[in-house]
Amino acid sequence: MSKPEITGVEEYQYGFHDRDVSVFNTGKGLRPEVVEAISKMKGEPDWMREFRLRSLEIFLEKPMPNFGGNLSDLNFEDITYYRRPSDQKGRTWEDVPTEIKDTFEKLGIPEAERKFLAGVSAQYDSEVVYHNIRKDLEDMGIVFLDTDSALREFPELFREYFGTIVPPEDNKFAALNSAVWSGGSFIYVPKGVEAKVPLQAYFRINASQMGQFERTLIIVDEDAMVHYVEGCTAPIYSESSLHSAVVEIVVKKNARCRYTTIQNWAPNVYNLVTKRAVAHEHATMEWIDGNIGSQLTMKYPSVYMVGEGAHAHVLSIAVAGRGQHQDAGAKAVHLAPNTTSTIISKSISRAGGRTTYRGLVHFGENVQGSKAKVNCDTLIFDDGSKADTIPVNEVLDNRVTMEHEATVSKVSEEQLFYLKSRGLTEEEATRMIVMGFIEPFTKELPMEYAVEMNRLIKLEMVGSVG
Amino acid sequence: MARPVLEIRGLRVGVEGREIVKGLDLTVRGGEVHAIMGPNGTGKSTFASALMGHPAYEVLGGSAMLDGKDLLEMAVDERARAGLFLAMQYPAEIAGVSNANFLRTALNARRGEDDPMPVLKFHKELQQKMRSLAIDPVFAERYVNEGFSGGEKKRNEILQMSVLGPRIAVLDEIDSGLDIDAVKVVAQGVNEMLSENFGVLIITHYQRILNFIKPTNVHVMMQGRIVRSAGPELAEELEARGYEWLRDALGIEEPLSQEA
Repeated sequence: MSKPEITGVEEYQYGFHDRDVSVFNTGKGLRPEVVEAISKMKGEPDWMREFRLRSLEIFLEKPMPNFGGNLSDLNFEDITYYRRPSDQKGRTWEDVPTEIKDTFEKLGIPEAERKFLAGVSAQYDSEVVYHNIRKDLEDMGIVFLDTDSALREFPELFREYFGTIVPPEDNKFAALNSAVWSGGSFIYVPKGVEAKVPLQAYFRINASQMGQFERTLIIVDEDAMVHYVEGCTAPIYSESSLHSAVVEIVVKKNARCRYTTIQNWAPNVYNLVTKRAVAHEHATMEWIDGNIGSQLTMKYPSVYMVGEGAHAHVLSIAVAGRGQHQDAGAKAVHLAPNTTSTIISKSISRAGGRTTYRGLVHFGENVQGSKAKVNCDTLIFDDGSKADTIPVNEVLDNRVTMEHEATVSKVSEEQLFYLKSRGLTEEEATRMIVMGFIEPFTKELPMEYAVEMNRLIKLEMVGSVG
Repeated sequence: MARPVLEIRGLRVGVEGREIVKGLDLTVRGGEVHAIMGPNGTGKSTFASALMGHPAYEVLGGSAMLDGKDLLEMAVDERARAGLFLAMQYPAEIAGVSNANFLRTALNARRGEDDPMPVLKFHKELQQKMRSLAIDPVFAERYVNEGFSGGEKKRNEILQMSVLGPRIAVLDEIDSGLDIDAVKVVAQGVNEMLSENFGVLIITHYQRILNFIKPTNVHVMMQGRIVRSAGPELAEELEARGYEWLRDALGIEEPLSQEA
C-alpha cells in the first residue's frame, strides 16, 4: 500500500498505540481460509460459516464503488482481517489486560461509564474486550451484548434479523463485513421498555494496517426506546487501516431509536460503513452522525420507512481538514403513507479538506401524505477547501411534499470583525462561528458528548487560521 | 486606574485606494461625551471602523493612541481588550451562538484565563442589565443578532458595552432607525455608564439623541475632516439651521447627500 501523507498529526490527540499484545491473528490478506479460521476460532454454527464464505464470494465479484472518494490506494492484501487482542472478555475493567485497559482509561471510557452510561462495550481491534450493562437495565429485560455472544446466546432472534436489513449483496463493503465480521453490539429492547440512559460502544483500532469489521444489530420492540452511542479512534500510522462496519436496526411499531456516532478515526483510516434502519408503523429512527476523523469516510445512514407514519431524522456533520475527504450524507426511503423525514447536514471544509453531501430521498408508490425535508449547509474556510452537495430525489407518487434547502457560506469577514471587536482572538472568533454553525448537531447530543464534541472541534481548529 | 484618554492626530483613512478621512484630530477623555455630526458620506463611519481596525479600511497616516498605547499597531481584538468599544451601525449576525454565551466569552477574553467570570454571577448581572435596557430576558438565549429588529440590534450593542465595560466607546449611528422611546432607553444605558473612567464618542447624523445624552463637545465632519468643534450649543444650532448653513459659512463646495 502506498504511504499516504500523514495529515493532521499535530491536531490528533488519540494517535498513540500500544505494542501488539494480540494472541492470534490471521495475517495479511483475504482468502477463504482466513474466513474459515475466523469462524472456527469463534466456534460458529455452520449457517454463519456458510454465510461468511458466500459473502466473500460476493465481495470478490463486486466492483469497487464508482462514486465517493478515492479508493485506489486501498489494497485489500495489505490488511489484517482478524486480530484477537486477548483471550478473555471482562465484565469488570480489572479483567481487561492492563495495557488495553490503560488505553481505554486514556480515552476516558471507564470514567464516562461511571458517570452517565447504562452500559458500555469496548472493542479493541477485532474483539470486544469489555462489556457491561447496568443491573437495572438488565432486569428490565434489555439485552446488550457483543454480537458474537449474541449469536451464541440468542441464536433464533439473531438469525431472524441478521443480514436482513443489509444483505451481503448490498454493496462491496457490506459483503466484506459479512465475510469477516467480528465484534460489534447486539441490542434487544423488549416491548414497552424505555432505556432512559444511553448505551455506548467504543471502537479502538490498535494495530497497524488493521481491518476492523464490527457488526451491530439493534432490535427495538414495539413501544420501546433506546439511545445508543458509539465513538471511535485509532493510532496514527503511515500505512492505512480499514474500518468497515455494518449496522442493522429494526424499529418496531411506535418504538424509538436514536443512534449517535462521534467518529474520530485517525487520518490514515478508510471508514467505509453501511448503516441502515427499518422503521415500522409510527416508529422513529434518528441518526445523529458526527464525522471528524478518518482519511476517507463514505457513510450514508439510511432509514427505510415501511410502516405508516414512520419518521426518520438524520442529523449529520462532517469536518474535513488537510488530506481528509468526508463523503457523507443520508438516505430517507419512504415506503408507506404519511411517513416523514428530515435530513440536516452541516459540512465544514478547511485547510484543503473536502466534504461531499450525498443524499437520497426516495418516495415509493402509495406513500400519499409523506413529507421530506432536506437542509444542507456548508461552511468553507479557504479557497483550497472543497465542498459538494449531491442530493438525489426519486418520486414515484406525487402526493408528497419535498423541501430542499442548501447554503454554502464562507466564514465572513464581517462576523470575524464583529467578534474580534469584542475582544475574541481570531481563533476564538473562528471557533465560535464554527460552534454556532454546528449547534443544531451539538444540541442533540447528551451534555457530556456535547462537551467532548466542543473539545474535538477546538482541537481541530487549532492552527486553522493564519 | 488613570482617566482614559483617546488621542487621534492627523488620521487619514482610505478605502480601495480612495482617501476618505483626510487628517482627523480628536481627543476624548474619561467623563467626556463627544459627538461627531455631519452629513452622510463625509467619513464618520469610515473613521469609526478604521479606529477599531476593520480590515477593509487602510490607515494612510496619522496616529491613534489609547492611554498612551498605539492602537494602530494592535490587532482588532487587542484594541478591544485595551478598552476600545465600537457599537456598530450594522452588527453582524452569528447563527447558533447565544447572546449570553457570546458575551461571557468576550468578557472572559478581557479578564484573562486565570480569572473567568463565575457563571451564576454573570447571568445575574446580565439579567439586571437587560432589565435596565428594557430587553426581554429571552434575548440572552437568542442567537447573536439573528432575527433581531433594527432597534433590538442597537439595544444589544449597548448591552454589550454595558457588560464589557470599555474605557472609550464609539457609538456609530446608534440612534438610526430607533423610535423616540428606544432612543431614550439607549441614552439611559449610556448615561448610567458615564464616569471619569469612561469616555464616549457618538457618531450621528441627527441632533435628536443629544437631547438625551448631554455632549460636552460637538464636532462637525465634512469631506473627511472635522470642520468645526464647539460645545453642545453647536448641535442645537445645526438642528435649527441645517448642515447647509455651516457648509456655506465655511465655503465648502461639495453637495450634501440627502437622507430621509
